[in-house]
Amino acid sequence: MTDVPMANVKDNTLPNAVSQVPSSHLDLETPEHPYLDSNELIINMGPQHPATHGVLRVILKLDGEKVLGTECVIGYLHRGVEKIAENRTYTMFNPYVDRMDYVAAVSNGLGYCQAVEKLLNVEAPPRANYIRVILTELNRIASHQLWLGTHALDIGAMTPLFYTFRDREEILKIFEKYCGARLTTHAFRIGGCQYETYAGFEKDVKNFLAFFPPKIDEYETLLTGNRIWIERTKNVGVISAEDCIALGVTGPVLRASGVKWDIRKAIPYANYSDFDFEIPIGENGDTYDRYLVRMIEMRQSLRIIEQAINGLPEGPIMAKVPKVIKPAPGEIYHSIEAPKGELGYFIVSDGSTQPYRLRVRPPSFVNLQALDLMVRGMLVADVVAVIGTLDIVLGEVDR
Amino acid sequence: MLTSTINAFTSYLGSPLPPGNAGNQLWALIYVLIIFAGVAVVVLCMNWIERKALAHFQIRLGPMRVGPHGLLQPIADALKLMLKEDIIPDEADKLVFWVAPLIGLVAAFTVYTVIPFGPSQAVSDMNIGILFMLGVSSLGVLGIVTAGWASNSHYPLIGALRSSAQMVSYEVAMGLAVVSAILMTSLNRTGTGTLSMIGIVQAQQQQGIWFLFKFFPLGLIAFVIFAIAMVAETNRSPFDLAEAESELTAGFHTEYSGLRWSLFMLAEYAAMIAVSAIAVTLWLGGWLHPFPNALNGPAWEFIFSLFPGLTFGALALFAVIGTVRMPSHSFFRIQRAGLAVFALLLAFIALLLFVIAILGRNPDASIAARFREGIDYVYWFMLKVAIFMYLFIWYRATWPRYRFDQLMKVGWKVMLPISLGVLILTAIVGVFVS
Repeated sequence: MTDVPMANVKDNTLPNAVSQVPSSHLDLETPEHPYLDSNELIINMGPQHPATHGVLRVILKLDGEKVLGTECVIGYLHRGVEKIAENRTYTMFNPYVDRMDYVAAVSNGLGYCQAVEKLLNVEAPPRANYIRVILTELNRIASHQLWLGTHALDIGAMTPLFYTFRDREEILKIFEKYCGARLTTHAFRIGGCQYETYAGFEKDVKNFLAFFPPKIDEYETLLTGNRIWIERTKNVGVISAEDCIALGVTGPVLRASGVKWDIRKAIPYANYSDFDFEIPIGENGDTYDRYLVRMIEMRQSLRIIEQAINGLPEGPIMAKVPKVIKPAPGEIYHSIEAPKGELGYFIVSDGSTQPYRLRVRPPSFVNLQALDLMVRGMLVADVVAVIGTLDIVLGEVDR
Repeated sequence: MLTSTINAFTSYLGSPLPPGNAGNQLWALIYVLIIFAGVAVVVLCMNWIERKALAHFQIRLGPMRVGPHGLLQPIADALKLMLKEDIIPDEADKLVFWVAPLIGLVAAFTVYTVIPFGPSQAVSDMNIGILFMLGVSSLGVLGIVTAGWASNSHYPLIGALRSSAQMVSYEVAMGLAVVSAILMTSLNRTGTGTLSMIGIVQAQQQQGIWFLFKFFPLGLIAFVIFAIAMVAETNRSPFDLAEAESELTAGFHTEYSGLRWSLFMLAEYAAMIAVSAIAVTLWLGGWLHPFPNALNGPAWEFIFSLFPGLTFGALALFAVIGTVRMPSHSFFRIQRAGLAVFALLLAFIALLLFVIAILGRNPDASIAARFREGIDYVYWFMLKVAIFMYLFIWYRATWPRYRFDQLMKVGWKVMLPISLGVLILTAIVGVFVS
């Protein structure tokens, strides 16, 4: 029993896993009998793994297929966005926020612009707000489409991914025509919008409104009633409303647990109070409910866009904002309902042209904390399902 | 001396005995070579068809660049895989790592020795054919388990564990479904059934019904059980837990690359064809054309013998349409010419098949007639298998993947009781009928 090959695996991975996680709540000690022990298996899922949505590393402690515990290791995509903010003027920092949650760049920009506006005591004109709402809701749909495609792919259904990407293209085309960029749009400026809507904007948006509902039905045909899909998602990754609130989880994950909390309704911003829409909530807080909540959210977003495009007011698109933005000393917290949850910006101004401190409250980062709670006692296959249903974007988690 | 040797040799070749009998070992060898080459070619074609069909399910085009409509893609892939560096991880158990893909491949190909493409178009007519098939095809999992173990890595190990558990739970239901089909073979005047694959098809011919429709819906249920179990047995979606791309990166073959990996692919596709062939043999009348009892006689025989030619004709027509529709830009000149040549080739095969069908339309002992008959058998058999292969692709495009415990639940709690019930009911009904 001198050269059992299994021993080498342990030697290679274990100290590595331990050394990079200084304060682990997992018991990552080498077992007493290093040879032929049949107790627990420690696996590194990621950072290079097809289902971790980027460079998330999850250390799994397994008993066979059963998950005994997880440990998320993040920071592989850390770019120091918050530190960068301290060395850029308010205007210069605006495009950086697009790089956090890059699938919902418009929402990020909206949150940042509104936070600075709040700091400056400026209100964007109604037309600008309506344009913002239309683009943000389109972006919410695009983000949910990407979530749906990758989530379904994680669970093993390949085809929805291509369907959602086909339809997401229509939204990206509108973005491209509006501001020239498809992904990191930088669509809004502090004080309003820089660009007036292009000729044919209304037509494009209305075409999309007619085009998209049958496509949602198409996704639902593939998944909603699918026996395997239901088995894979029902009672998987259940999280109670209390746990959600305790962990600070927001967005569709919170709503699927039965809490009717949507900042668009609770603390309306950007003229959201003008629009009539509903907040879908779930009952069980499982993966299936979160799926349904997001599907209904897409339909509700369409409703908002329809009202906004029909009631698009005339007028200026930019408020009176000084050329050099120099807010008075003070601090501000502003949060919006991003596709993934509450996206907040906490800005401290020292009266100079640069923020003294800028802190982002990213929904993905906070929601990711629920992972361990949700997958304990589940199987390996559920880990990827739960990572998918949390809808994290590592750019936002690591910043 | 020489003359007598040649005479002995020709009589040996022309022996009318069925395959598997001592007189035809040379033919058996030739069949083995044909099947080995044929399956390898079919796997290459399947590779292209799967990628194309899957792409069209998913509103993509699939391979388009290598050759017209990507027709040369499988060849390019095969070349690439052969030229890749042969990596064996340091920590792997080298011998087992080396042997594992071969086990799967050998198991998958050995099944073909009992698959009857026609009454005499088989390598052997083993009297325990179906048992042999069940035994050998479940050896395939050994390749997966050893591959997972020898890789000495975590993901392959989990993949191997899943695969072995999956195999155990589906083999049972599969076996019981097969037994209910075998029971049906004994429903003749003599009351003796058969385990021979050829005998099973002949029993369907004698009883004048495919076992799929026998004792409706008992035969159908047994068939459906088998059809589900065979997907699980070949580790295909939605039961592809052993590779589970999104969970275990690539499952049992995570550490494999290049030629060794391609051996796994070859084995997977060969096994898919093999289990489909078994389903066809047991329930869909094997080599028999549709309605063999209602639509027989020389006229119908002739009409059915035109189908192979028509199929290739249709393929040639598609190729011609593709050629015409290709953009007239000069970039596409070579591709266009290539597709035209391919269309011509298909048309030539179609023509050849038509000529054979017409020449051999009289059921006599002429070479053309025997040739025509052989082509008919193989054609109908392969057509039925092709439907299953298409279903495999369709499943993969449509369904999410089962979870490990759910798969076991379906295997033990749903399929096993149903197949057991079907077996008992088949026996009871069979006793009453005979």
